Amino acid sequence: MLELRGVFAGYGPILGVRDLDLTVGEGQIVALLGANGAGKSTTLRTISGIVRPMAGIVTWNGRRVDRLPADEIVALGIVHCPEGRQIFPGLSVRENLRMGFFSRRDRSAYGRAEEQVFGDFPWMRARAGQMAGTLSGGEQQMLAIARALMAAPRLLLLDEPSLGVAPLVVREIRRIIEDIRRSGVSVLLVEQNARMALSIADHAYVLEVGEVAIEGAGAELREDARVQERYLGIRSGTGAG
Amino acid sequence: MTNAARPRALAATVALAALVLPWVVARLGPAASYMLNLSVIFAIVAIALNLLTGFSGQISLGHAGFLMLGEYASALLTLKAGFPFWAALPASALLVGAIGFLVGLPAVRLSGNFLAVATMGFGLAVPEVMLNWAGLTHGSAGLMPKSPTIGGFSFGSDVAYYYLALFCLALVWYICATLLRSRTGRALQAVRDSEPAALASGINAAYHKALAFAISAAFAGVAGALYAHYVNFVSPNDFSIQDSFLFLAMIVVGGLGSLPGSLLGAVLLTVVSQLSTSLGQFSIILTGSVMLLAVLFFPGGLISLARRRRPTPRVPAPLAQRSAAGGS
Repeated sequence: MLELRGVFAGYGPILGVRDLDLTVGEGQIVALLGANGAGKSTTLRTISGIVRPMAGIVTWNGRRVDRLPADEIVALGIVHCPEGRQIFPGLSVRENLRMGFFSRRDRSAYGRAEEQVFGDFPWMRARAGQMAGTLSGGEQQMLAIARALMAAPRLLLLDEPSLGVAPLVVREIRRIIEDIRRSGVSVLLVEQNARMALSIADHAYVLEVGEVAIEGAGAELREDARVQERYLGIRSGTGAG
Repeated sequence: MTNAARPRALAATVALAALVLPWVVARLGPAASYMLNLSVIFAIVAIALNLLTGFSGQISLGHAGFLMLGEYASALLTLKAGFPFWAALPASALLVGAIGFLVGLPAVRLSGNFLAVATMGFGLAVPEVMLNWAGLTHGSAGLMPKSPTIGGFSFGSDVAYYYLALFCLALVWYICATLLRSRTGRALQAVRDSEPAALASGINAAYHKALAFAISAAFAGVAGALYAHYVNFVSPNDFSIQDSFLFLAMIVVGGLGSLPGSLLGAVLLTVVSQLSTSLGQFSIILTGSVMLLAVLFFPGGLISLARRRRPTPRVPAPLAQRSAAGGS
């Protein structure tokens, strides 16, 4: 279980996140919604150790992780899949997967891990030798997720996996996230596509300028008038406005 | 089968040509032999710089500094500490590598133009230090390291020295090629391609960046030591910022991120710059023109001419597959 308590984080004098409390339970999909600049990515970067929190604590299964370097956090099973299809374009598909395996000690398990990923993404098998930079946008996004899975995450931090990909790919990614959860891995999902996120999230937080504005079960938030109006584009029945 | 055999046959041909080359070049006179040996030594620097810039994405305008440190390290170790050349060479590599690691540490936080300026500062500082630390380096009077000997045999001749330098080049090449295929080598390239993704994959980006500096500097140090015991004279005027730019030009013209490209660029630009030294300042214009033309017409470097376009297999989109299988 991941817990954030009173976390303040950001870049220099600018605070991205203020006094954030957040919990991701075992096997849960938790969505983090909000507009650009609301602090969603900052939250993920703080959890994965790329950004240091200025105050507050982050615990993972009871152990404090907010002072650990990023590579040790990965080794603990918290794996970040950063936004913007951050793959390694100059490496082949297989080399990208190998990089996902980088932090694992059980080197002999590589073959099994790769087979598992090829099971989830069958197209990758035939194209393992292709330069990752020549994949389509949606394929690159899937490769980024596959690479994160190679690290054997217990908690997957997914940053905007549906950003800029075709609707069909969004559906595919949604299915993959559900598969990931089914295999017992928790997911913290940052999304601007609130409709997709809320359709699979057990719990959701809405961030507004660095603070939690709304919080509740996924289904609950889908019915929330404020969420509907601001993030789902549904006008509530209170007339114009 | 032929696909794998062709590059191997090419490599064998190149290796064979490299072995007979000094005897052919010697017929053109000592200047040509000097140019050949310098090309081999500079090829080591080009590979070192390509490892740093082409493969791990960090620019350096200070490699002339590392080269000079290698010169002085080896010269001082042999002359003042009584090391034989064969011990001084690896010792210089280690020493310059350690300095490279230290230079790499602040560079970890810098990139692009800022890194270029920081390394340029290092490159400018080294000759000044060597000039002014006269107690150790004899200032502008310089040092006179001897030609290496083995048993009774001296590597004083151009041809003999060529084989020594070629051996070092082959060794550096082999180490680089092996490194790049290794886990660490992939990590270097991953950090180059995307630092956020590298961090997210659990790669310690800062460590790998500094490591790239260390290895690159160590190889430049080897080249420096080789140069020192070849020309048998070391002074603060040997290498300057202009040479740092020349090394960068070598890898850009030859091909960033390519070992054969480094070799190609090093030979071409060493020959161009040596042939045009009599032209004084025009030499720089000529070198600059070669670089400009190469970048204009072969943005992937000269090596891109040799690469056949690899056709990417047309494979049906994954989604088409899935929706056909799923049916819903």
